Amino acid sequence: MLALVSPALLVMVLLIVIPVGWLAWQSIYHDGFTLENYQRILGEDIYWRSFALTFEISLLVTLLALLLGYPVAYAANAVSKGRSVVILALVVLPFWTSVLVRAYAWLALLQRTGVINQLLQYLGIIHEPLALVHNTFGTVVATVHILLPFMVLPLYAAMQKIPPDLMQAGASLGAGPAHAFWRIFLPLSLPGVLAGSTLVFVLCLGFYITPELLGGGRTVMVSMLVSRNVELYNQWGAASAVGVVLLISVLVIFSAVSRFVPLDRVLGQK
Amino acid sequence: MKTFSPGRIAFVSFCALVLLFLILPVLIIVPMSFSSARFLTFPPPSLSLRWYREYVDNPAWMQATQVTLTVAIFTVLIATPLGVAAAYAISQSKLRIMRLVHATLLLPLVVPIIITAVGIFFVYARVGLVATMPGLVLANVMLGLPYVVISVVAGLRSFDATQEMVARSLGMNRLRSFFAVTLPQIKASVIAGAIFAFISAMDETIVALFISGGQYQPLTKRMFTALRDEIDPTIASISTLMTAASFLLVLVASLRQRKDA
Repeated sequence: MLALVSPALLVMVLLIVIPVGWLAWQSIYHDGFTLENYQRILGEDIYWRSFALTFEISLLVTLLALLLGYPVAYAANAVSKGRSVVILALVVLPFWTSVLVRAYAWLALLQRTGVINQLLQYLGIIHEPLALVHNTFGTVVATVHILLPFMVLPLYAAMQKIPPDLMQAGASLGAGPAHAFWRIFLPLSLPGVLAGSTLVFVLCLGFYITPELLGGGRTVMVSMLVSRNVELYNQWGAASAVGVVLLISVLVIFSAVSRFVPLDRVLGQK
Repeated sequence: MKTFSPGRIAFVSFCALVLLFLILPVLIIVPMSFSSARFLTFPPPSLSLRWYREYVDNPAWMQATQVTLTVAIFTVLIATPLGVAAAYAISQSKLRIMRLVHATLLLPLVVPIIITAVGIFFVYARVGLVATMPGLVLANVMLGLPYVVISVVAGLRSFDATQEMVARSLGMNRLRSFFAVTLPQIKASVIAGAIFAFISAMDETIVALFISGGQYQPLTKRMFTALRDEIDPTIASISTLMTAASFLLVLVASLRQRKDA
């Protein structure tokens, strides 16, 4: 049995375990052990601000995704099977569109001469085009769009496990629909909320394409810090240290949450 | 008991708007790609295949397309057997260590892709695999493996392993019983896994940004570079084709899975 897994395992060891391990090593070793790279993260403003901004954006994106995703998951769970297939298909289809293509689409929608600005001007709502992209706003909109399916699918899976009789039982005992929702349905759907939120938050922490293309150079998220240190400044040590801090944040969040919800199943949804 | 209370109407329209938000950006690229104008104007001045011609006539885009297809095909050919073998071992073996092995095989989904990309770049720079075809294929095999493993492990969960034991007790060896009894029954999940690995390789951008170069640049890398400079509508035509390919493949995968169930 071990012989059967060894080729796949070898690929993983060579192409992700060793590379990431090397990255970690490089962050602390440069002609002798050094914590210089980490001191820089703590000391220099750019690094601090980038980490703070990344966490802020991730939190905002997670909240928005939850706000938009919960009703959709609820609807998919409540309607007949045929309709629920349609709703889920609309959720899953963008999932299988390249992130790059979706970033491009948002660029086309949001730019100064883009669809939304033209429409708003045509309708006479605005007279000057709004700055919808090349800023944090554009980044957040596109990121929410890309990550929303990761919120809806775990929510839907959790809601599917809630027996419908429970709500009926609540109703027969005199609970109004709103009351039954708040006291029965919502608490039982919390594992889905936790799983979806974790997934969206963690994926957002490492986002690269949308902030790079839609952030206009001002929204410097952590992953851009990593790539700039490699590409522009050839600072491999600095890039590695930033990467290690990002990786540790992700792993800590994952392992903390997986005590409450089985995340391995959630991860497999894409 | 359908009531059209204001609350219900608000709820339904909210959901409809969210679904529109999800699907509209994916659809908007289609009219853009068939527009004759350089910029998206409403209504499009006239329909034309101009941007498709621009794509087909450009040797750089064609070369990139060839690289993407080659990488995706080799990725599937390598990742599928490796993933199926690993998934089989994971679901059959009761060894403790298999849990760790399983987790390791899912690492590419957990580690932020930018970290993976930079790590691979460091290693490739040392061993001379930057800007090579084998380097690109290997990285995509690693990134595609989790999809095969997840899909096949799920397929094997609903497969009754005693059937294979029966085949072996009747004299087949393990390998033959796998191919004769097990594989036909998990075929749909194998195909689904292979298709997801293909799409993953076709869409992969970030690792390619770091490790590909010269004549071995996939479509996504060229698209990304083009998008950073200016918005070239040729990208709309390429995006439309890529999206159509993905949707078609997902459709095939889900139809097969339904047939299996």
